[in-house]
Amino acid sequence: MSGAEKDTTTSPEARPDLSQAEAAAARLADLLTGYQPLAGVTDEMMDASGKPRALWRDFLSGFAAMTEAEREERYQRGDQYLRDAGVFFRQYGEEGGAIRDWPLSHVPVLISQSDWDDIEQGLCQRADLLEAIMADLYGAGRLASDGILPASLIAQSPEWLRPMVGYKPQSGNFLHFVAFELGRGPNGKWWVLGDRTQAPSGAGFALENRFAATRVFSEQFNRGNVHRLAEFFSAFRNTLQGLTTAEAPRVGILSPGALNDTYFEHAYIARYLGFHLLEGGDLTVENGQAMIRTVAGLKPVSVLWRRMDAGFVDPLELDGRSAIGSPGLLGALRAGNLTMINAPGAGVLETRALLAFMPRMCEALRGESLTLPNIATWWCGQKTERDFVRANAEKMMIGPSMATSLLYESDQSTFLGEKVRSGALDAVDHLLETEGAHLVGQEAVKLSTTPAVVDGKLVPRPMTLRVYMVRTAQGWKAMPGGYARIGSATDARAIGLQKGGRVADVWVVGDTPVDTKVSLAPKDEDYIRRLPGALPSRAADHLFWLGRYVERAEGAMRLMRAYHGRAQDAAEGPLLQALAEYLKGYGITDPQAGISPQLTATLGLALTNASHLRDRFSTDGWDALHDLDVLARDLTGTPAGDQTAQALGRLLRGLSGFAGLVQENMYRFTGWRFLTIGRAMERASGLAQAMAQFAGHEAGEDALDMLVEVGDSVMTHRRRYQTMTNRASVIDLLALDGLNPRSIQFQLDRVLEQVSKLYPPDAGEMNDAHRAALALQAGLAVRKVADMSSQTFAEIAQDVSDLSDTLAQLYLR
Amino acid sequence: MLYDIRAEITYSYAVPAHSTRQVLRLVPADLDGRQRLISWSLESAPHPQERDHGFDFFGNRTVLLRQNDPHSKLHLVMRARVERFSEPLGLDISPPFDGLMREIASYRSIAPQSPHHFLGASPRLALEAPITAYARALLRPTDTVLSYLKRLTAAVHADMSFDATATSVETPPLEAFEKRHGVCQDFSQITIAALRGLGIPAGYVSGYLRTLPPPGEKKLDGVDAMHAWVMAWCGLDMGWIAVDPTNNMVAGSDHVVVGVGRDYDDVSPVRGVSRFAGSHTTKQIVDVRQVRDHAPA
Repeated sequence: MSGAEKDTTTSPEARPDLSQAEAAAARLADLLTGYQPLAGVTDEMMDASGKPRALWRDFLSGFAAMTEAEREERYQRGDQYLRDAGVFFRQYGEEGGAIRDWPLSHVPVLISQSDWDDIEQGLCQRADLLEAIMADLYGAGRLASDGILPASLIAQSPEWLRPMVGYKPQSGNFLHFVAFELGRGPNGKWWVLGDRTQAPSGAGFALENRFAATRVFSEQFNRGNVHRLAEFFSAFRNTLQGLTTAEAPRVGILSPGALNDTYFEHAYIARYLGFHLLEGGDLTVENGQAMIRTVAGLKPVSVLWRRMDAGFVDPLELDGRSAIGSPGLLGALRAGNLTMINAPGAGVLETRALLAFMPRMCEALRGESLTLPNIATWWCGQKTERDFVRANAEKMMIGPSMATSLLYESDQSTFLGEKVRSGALDAVDHLLETEGAHLVGQEAVKLSTTPAVVDGKLVPRPMTLRVYMVRTAQGWKAMPGGYARIGSATDARAIGLQKGGRVADVWVVGDTPVDTKVSLAPKDEDYIRRLPGALPSRAADHLFWLGRYVERAEGAMRLMRAYHGRAQDAAEGPLLQALAEYLKGYGITDPQAGISPQLTATLGLALTNASHLRDRFSTDGWDALHDLDVLARDLTGTPAGDQTAQALGRLLRGLSGFAGLVQENMYRFTGWRFLTIGRAMERASGLAQAMAQFAGHEAGEDALDMLVEVGDSVMTHRRRYQTMTNRASVIDLLALDGLNPRSIQFQLDRVLEQVSKLYPPDAGEMNDAHRAALALQAGLAVRKVADMSSQTFAEIAQDVSDLSDTLAQLYLR
Repeated sequence: MLYDIRAEITYSYAVPAHSTRQVLRLVPADLDGRQRLISWSLESAPHPQERDHGFDFFGNRTVLLRQNDPHSKLHLVMRARVERFSEPLGLDISPPFDGLMREIASYRSIAPQSPHHFLGASPRLALEAPITAYARALLRPTDTVLSYLKRLTAAVHADMSFDATATSVETPPLEAFEKRHGVCQDFSQITIAALRGLGIPAGYVSGYLRTLPPPGEKKLDGVDAMHAWVMAWCGLDMGWIAVDPTNNMVAGSDHVVVGVGRDYDDVSPVRGVSRFAGSHTTKQIVDVRQVRDHAPA
């Protein structure tokens, strides 16, 4: 049965008769009209005679059966999924590194089982070869001393890390997770374009590609014998867990942090695999053991999947300027208490010039030839090779020999000989003669093309395949598909994401039905309710300060609203002058400016702290805060007086929206406690300072009114006291009344309640933070209105500040 | 020559630092037939929580310290007794330039002493066209590597002015070269960049230098400083030769070696990381004293 006939079920006028089959064939022909593969290039979908390959027929007929509107609607569905999941990447080069939607090319690339078997077999050999090269370069150095590899290529590589020479990995292997970039040449054969051993990224994106693509083409996916990805991730998780030691059972993902272009992937894959997402500041090394700093003390970790270049990993022994690593990690590796995926120094294997020596190294180290060739490469440090490159420059890509970037995504430093040749023949000759050792020539392979949708039509676009491999107890295992890169134009060099290239899912289509049972989710009967692991101190610190800054922003806004609500009649009066003076404590030197960068700076600090917590926050919570920031910017420059007071009202409502989301949605555990403590302390301290300033014995009625307003307690005051404000009623309501959420007492009760539930380092005995919180809470609880003076309020503010330091000492460093 | 060497380094932090970690390269090397390390000690106050010893890739001795608790001062004292033997240079058996290039190309090794490590740019030392041009202008057709090395050393010494205030430890070689002012680190890095610019393998040596008081005066305590000089690879037969461009001499028995590397980054005496917010100041005292009577240590 042909694919076209099978597909009639999805046809709008489903009637399985001959005319239907004809109609389907006509639709398919229509779809492919104008699909013109380039001359001399293999097309994945269309054969040389212009007919679709058998592999693609079912997919294509399903595709052809949809109307254009239907297709559009499906693309939307896929894109919506990605947006809801928060998939994005960061594009460098623009101001601030703009965050972009994930550029999914919706049509998957289809690969046949026999192609895949060849690829997987070839790459297993190659991964083993890379391991052997690594062991030699950091061990005996025979490749250099036997003259198989020029010593200068290694000795002058910035990725050959001298502190790692002599390192013997605990597991016996340097490499556990590698990736390869492949392309198919005009002869239909696959070529390795580059090896990724440093810190291959994108495996998490492959999963997202898959989830999105299956939403777009669910029917074709489900009946198409497409190999699933879950088994690979399950194997990967087992590998990492298998490398842990009994004393330190934790696995961490070492991320450069929120500013990295693939941070989303780090957070995503940490959640998917159940590993800790760590930054350098979360780690410390004591007596050769890497430890996670948590609010419950140091917790040992023995496996780190690093997502940063090795040079940044340890500022003590590698790049001293690195602020994203952790000093001492190399020592922990040498002590045998830590395994890093991959071992630092693996980046040297990505050196472009090494591709020229792969065939010889394979012979020397493994006594066999490469099954899967890599792109033909000539190192111009040798005369014969240099002459060859010069003679064939028009068919070459010429680039830096030490580069570790992939051929088709590199910068200006790689050029096509053809282009230069016509205009500046001598320039190439001269460059090769003077800079030979720093250059490689690589055959400019014409990559195969695959269909992509451009303006509603299918068009051929160049494609490279990325294949991930993990080392398992049974040997290397490849991720079957998931990730291809699609060029934005017919020029293969426009394939990089940073240049408008796109990403597609890859379906490896089996000859027989595939096993779909593997899933990472535990089965129902295995369900165990687990409390979250110990909170890293850095995350706790960000949560604490997020709470403080959100509250401080609110305090500043309330004070400013009071100022602008009065500005017309009393700007020169003593109260507003005192208020203007007081606002300097919030960084506001010019209250007349209203909603200004001075006012919104605090909000910016809150946002900065939140951006480090994206793996712990709901998308809604983040959006609420982000919207608020945008609103504040829009409102900047609102005229002083009433209009500013009203604009501030809008911002304050936005803030309570965020507070509400946190209160309603956040899991009540350690992280929430730190956020809550931060907010409560800031509110207590803000109130105490305002009372010290404006509720002294000499305070006038206007100042007391303002305090009640700033304390958002106007209604409560009216109901509770049935009187005009006086000093006693204000102090009672805003300081001592434990039922008013806007009182100091209420906030100190909260602080005490939450601090008492934090991990006590010494069981049974109160720690310093708990003791201080109790003293503070009880100290106020026993006071009467008559006891309260500006002095006592100032003391409370100071005690809160001291408690903040104590908490930081105990938990946050 | 027999020396007693004392180096003291004090860090003062405006806000107490904690979780401080250091890799120290302060202890003189033990070099077969050239320098004998008789005894040494390295003390730290406050007392470190953790201490470890090792040798880095180039064979330099490292001492690792970790101080966990908050401290506003860190005081390090290194003491060593060293015997330094003189190394007469002998006949110039170094090759001419093209010979050197052939010898390098045929040198198949990535072991620490291989000349391949000491060519091209290194972390703190870029190859700069103006320095290379300067180096090339000094070259004569009849030069051997050694004769050229001596001429370059003399030229750098003559063209640069010693000036302790013109540069800092972070100043790139090109900037110091353009100013024609600097200290031993600048003299050395410029010489290295010049040598590498012509394809001669060159490395950075750190150590201690015995200084002599002005005639008739008594040597003062702690006036010496850590010093830096240069080593260049003069072919298979001569190997590595050390010269001191700051003092226009072949490094000899006044030069006590601590470490060698590609540039300052490989041999920095104190490489440290700590968690603190605020500024700090450093004070360094070095004292190199010749032990007159060769009494056993």
